[in-house]
Amino acid sequence: MSTSISLTLKIWRQSNPADKGRFKNYTVKDISTDMSFLEMLDVVNEQLTLAGEEPVAFDHDCREGICGSCGTMVNGRAHGQLKGTTLCQLHMRHFKDGDTIVIEPFRARAFPVIKDLVVDRSAFDRIIQAGGFISVNTGSAPEANTLLVPPHNAEKAMDAAACIGCGGCVAACPNASAMLFVSAKVSQFALLPQGRPEAARRALGMVRSMDTCGFGNCSNHRECEKSCPKEIAIVNIARLNREYVKASFASPES
Amino acid sequence: MNWLTAALGASVGKKLMMALTGLAFTGFLAGHLAGNLTIYGGKAAFNGYAEKLHSLGPLLKVFEVGLIGFAAVHILTGLWLFLQNRKARPVRYTLDTSPGGRTLSSRTMPYTGLIILAFVAFHLTNFTFADKTRTTIFEIVSAAFSSPIYIGIYVAAMIVVGLHVRHGFWSAFQTLGANHPKLMPTISALSVAAGLIVGFGFGLLPIFISLRY
Repeated sequence: MSTSISLTLKIWRQSNPADKGRFKNYTVKDISTDMSFLEMLDVVNEQLTLAGEEPVAFDHDCREGICGSCGTMVNGRAHGQLKGTTLCQLHMRHFKDGDTIVIEPFRARAFPVIKDLVVDRSAFDRIIQAGGFISVNTGSAPEANTLLVPPHNAEKAMDAAACIGCGGCVAACPNASAMLFVSAKVSQFALLPQGRPEAARRALGMVRSMDTCGFGNCSNHRECEKSCPKEIAIVNIARLNREYVKASFASPES
Repeated sequence: MNWLTAALGASVGKKLMMALTGLAFTGFLAGHLAGNLTIYGGKAAFNGYAEKLHSLGPLLKVFEVGLIGFAAVHILTGLWLFLQNRKARPVRYTLDTSPGGRTLSSRTMPYTGLIILAFVAFHLTNFTFADKTRTTIFEIVSAAFSSPIYIGIYVAAMIVVGLHVRHGFWSAFQTLGANHPKLMPTISALSVAAGLIVGFGFGLLPIFISLRY
């Protein structure tokens, strides 16, 4: 049964990257608990538009929890308090009438704020360009059983490949480190035979790119794992560390 | 050597250095604790242990130089990482709630590290560099621990070291890539145990000495 709640929202407003930014308070009434968090923000924006004010800018696309576009800090947690959920899949039934919700953008030097809650996550694209791919010849697809993959490796690779690149791990990390993201991308290939030929170059390239982008270092706080909407585990970070050691000390790559 | 500086200078490389030197210090703590336990055997046992240790001569020197080298790497790399991590988030969160990952131990690593550095300097001037021509190490130690201030400082410092080890131990294995469902539960439990052993093992000694002698 749907009920309605009223909320006080403390939303970060910043008109452009150079603006200092500030919190502004908004009151919203009659929010259906069946709404998603983003639908609640849509209601806020309709109100703001009608009042002639600038609507709150926030990233979103599929609203099904699979694209990785959405995400802000909700009450100090990346994607909100619900475990294993993107912000778009967080529903208002998880809030109580009269709650105050603090909504802040993901914060990291490598993720500069563009406007309000929208941050520039192109640093992730640069990391992917540094090795998050495999090189294959075009042409007809090879016979599927030419390369055998043990089922447990396929499972682990799929677990890593569940990463949607939302940046929640960076936002949740006390050091703004991108290790969980990079480790997921390195792992999904490192576990499969198709990924092995470029494994060393990939591990070195992606770690270096991550450092150049200005992300922090991993301190094994595990905040990323607890915040990840796809529940990517830190065993992937250990795998990245192994791949990095192998690439640095036992491969011709440098 | 270019490849080596590149490998160790990267974020993961710096963490590897922290892990290896940190594990070496855990080994040192185990040895130090084993030696200190001779205090329970009384004056003769403790002085005998100190004498045996010093009879190692050049071997002991090599070991000391090694420790100083490892300390330099651990401290400087740690500071470098700490400063980089602060720089990585120039604007802090207004509200920062933990989903349950970080612990008191993990959050305070840089600070407990600096406290340990200060303590080591204090500890070395007290005992290691003390003039032992007319007295024995046992007398110096028992005299020091007749003061409640010394007991307080040492017990507090050992709690801090225990906290540092509690996160550092498992974290080193994770950094070295030894995280597997088969291994991690044991490593995590050992990490808590190591923190407790260091905290209680060293921390109870000053109290024992003050009560007994």
